[in-house]
Amino acid sequence: MKRLTFIRAALAAVVMAASPAAFAAGTAPQPPSMSWSWSGPFGQYDATQLQRGFKVFREVCAACHSAEYLAFRNLSQPGGPEFSAAQVKALAEEYKVKAGPNDQGEMYERPARPADHWPSPFPNREAATAANGGAYPPDLSVMAKARTYERGFPWFVFDIFTQFQEQGPDYLAALLKGYTDPPAGVTVPAGKYYNTYFPGHIIAMPSPLNDGAIEYPKGADGRPQAPETVAQYAKDVTAFMMWMAEPKLEQRKELGLKVMIFLLVFAGLLYFTKKKIWSKVEGDAHGPAF
Amino acid sequence: MSGHSTYVPKSAVGKWFESRLPIMGLIHSSFVVFPNPRNLNYLWTFGGILAFMLVSQILTGVVLAMHYTPHVDFAFSSVEKIMRDVNYGWLLRYLHANGASMFFIAVYVHIFRGLYYGSYKAPREILWILGVIIFLLMMATAFMGYVLPWGQMSFWGATVITNLFSAFPIVGESIVTWLWGGYSVANPTLNRFFSLHYLMPFMIAGVVVLHIWALHVPGSNNPAGVEKQTAKDTLPFHPYFTVKDAFALVCFIIMFSWFVFYTPNYLGHADNYIPANPAVTPAHIVPEWYFLPFYAILRAVPDKLGGVLLMFGAIAVLVFLPWLDTSKVKSAKYRPLFRQFFWVFAIVCVLLGWVGAKPAEGGYILLARVLTAYYFAHFLIILPLLGLFETPRKVPASIAEAVLGKGGSANAMAAGAHAEPNTKG
Repeated sequence: MKRLTFIRAALAAVVMAASPAAFAAGTAPQPPSMSWSWSGPFGQYDATQLQRGFKVFREVCAACHSAEYLAFRNLSQPGGPEFSAAQVKALAEEYKVKAGPNDQGEMYERPARPADHWPSPFPNREAATAANGGAYPPDLSVMAKARTYERGFPWFVFDIFTQFQEQGPDYLAALLKGYTDPPAGVTVPAGKYYNTYFPGHIIAMPSPLNDGAIEYPKGADGRPQAPETVAQYAKDVTAFMMWMAEPKLEQRKELGLKVMIFLLVFAGLLYFTKKKIWSKVEGDAHGPAF
Repeated sequence: MSGHSTYVPKSAVGKWFESRLPIMGLIHSSFVVFPNPRNLNYLWTFGGILAFMLVSQILTGVVLAMHYTPHVDFAFSSVEKIMRDVNYGWLLRYLHANGASMFFIAVYVHIFRGLYYGSYKAPREILWILGVIIFLLMMATAFMGYVLPWGQMSFWGATVITNLFSAFPIVGESIVTWLWGGYSVANPTLNRFFSLHYLMPFMIAGVVVLHIWALHVPGSNNPAGVEKQTAKDTLPFHPYFTVKDAFALVCFIIMFSWFVFYTPNYLGHADNYIPANPAVTPAHIVPEWYFLPFYAILRAVPDKLGGVLLMFGAIAVLVFLPWLDTSKVKSAKYRPLFRQFFWVFAIVCVLLGWVGAKPAEGGYILLARVLTAYYFAHFLIILPLLGLFETPRKVPASIAEAVLGKGGSANAMAAGAHAEPNTKG
């Protein structure tokens, strides 16, 4: 019986793949391409932006969404928001985590330590689903890499050379800003919302951001270091989600540059070595004579 | 692996060892003095690149396996742990995941080079068939590897592909249950896929040894498609081809590094960063890019069993290629008609890959059917007939003549004298 369900599900999957009408992604517009500090071969995260993004995540997103692969200690690691170790320790202590069993065999709560992972807002998936009108708020740890949109030909070819990898962040930022009134003729079910960029447009998450809702750190002139607007909140929290999904991005690009320089020099040396060796004989063929 | 060894150990220890296990002599005759056709172009460097990729995949894979947990509850999080907490874990995983794609890029160049220059023809039929077996093993290994991170595309890809076997009458259902180790894709499936994914690269390595052995009997084919006859036709493997292979390999690694360091997720699917969920079907189930042409052939047929048979047939037909191509001339350089059909075939394969990524509906299905028909017609109709009707251009009498003009220059003769005078096929 169970097997039949699976076969049916698999067949349904093939049929789904066969009919784009079953998936309304085609009706959602492409998210606008934004400029991100980490794009390109020399891209790096902006630590102050990540700190602001963390504030948005902590005060808004984390109320419903988990981030199970984020540990407090990550917040002070290089190539991230780079809070100080003391700040992270103090932050962790504001949260309680379940520990145990103790020597009496009982579970107990204790203040979190930097080594602990970010506590989930709900004890399990079912509780999260029940508390959110039947829609499970997905984990945000790798969300920035788990969403995309189709680039289409020829863009997907160019993307290899331009190193465009930011479909996920573009989509997330657009989604967070994409709440509008439904167009005429579209009825939105109770407890659901209309979003321009969500596949199928009907989304269970209410618009999470409002202008001025989150207080940003003040600069020397007493004004917030970034505008307290939905657009800025969306951008900053998306940057934070990208860092959560790819915390080793800076190390990757730094090492990549060294590797590339080494390989290019090495290839150059080999090229001239090869030329020298083959100069003694004839018959060297490079490419095919098509 | 070619003829008697001319290796003479210099040290007393070397002599003692060589008289007991003549492995240095084997390496010497196979990879140092081995006479290669002097006109091999850069397309012939992909064999070495493939050997490098196999070793690279095994090394990164063995270390990844030290940190990976093949259990449905922990697989996804163990991969994320590798990305975050294992020293250079992100590098290992991106090398391994992109390495699979690089392996297939190299193997497709290698295969199409063989098709263009007729490398499958006598006396290299066994060499070619061993290559087809390696290709099949690679596909099985890559498919199982993609299941291991246990994301949405892992799970649903495994479900769709294993379900193909249910198309076979009578035994189909039993085969699928046997593959799954249960009644659905679940923990036993993931466990055995991990075990087999670890085993199969070593099977590939074994067949690669046979592949190289079979290669070293006649030696490499070459762009002229005529066999080496005299020392003038060849150059010793070292230093001429070691340095040429090394240069090509480093250029290939530059491309590999580009993907690993700058666009590591370009060749993957975003859906595979969503943990596997049997209750939610992804909108589009698409295999990795290197399977897309075969996926297109599978879906081109309205009948499930027919589609499965045709998909496997698309690879099986390669086994018979040495006998389907009736032309005695190897290289497309001297076959004006074949050369055009080769390029049409190459474009058809690329288009099949493109259609494979598209939803199977409307115009795409029709296109997939036309392309599938052409794919098989190329092997079953065009190649057998072409050999009978085509008038080939004049083939050079020897490699030396093809490269150096009639007789060859004195310079070339002097260099050729350094090559081992090994001309027996």
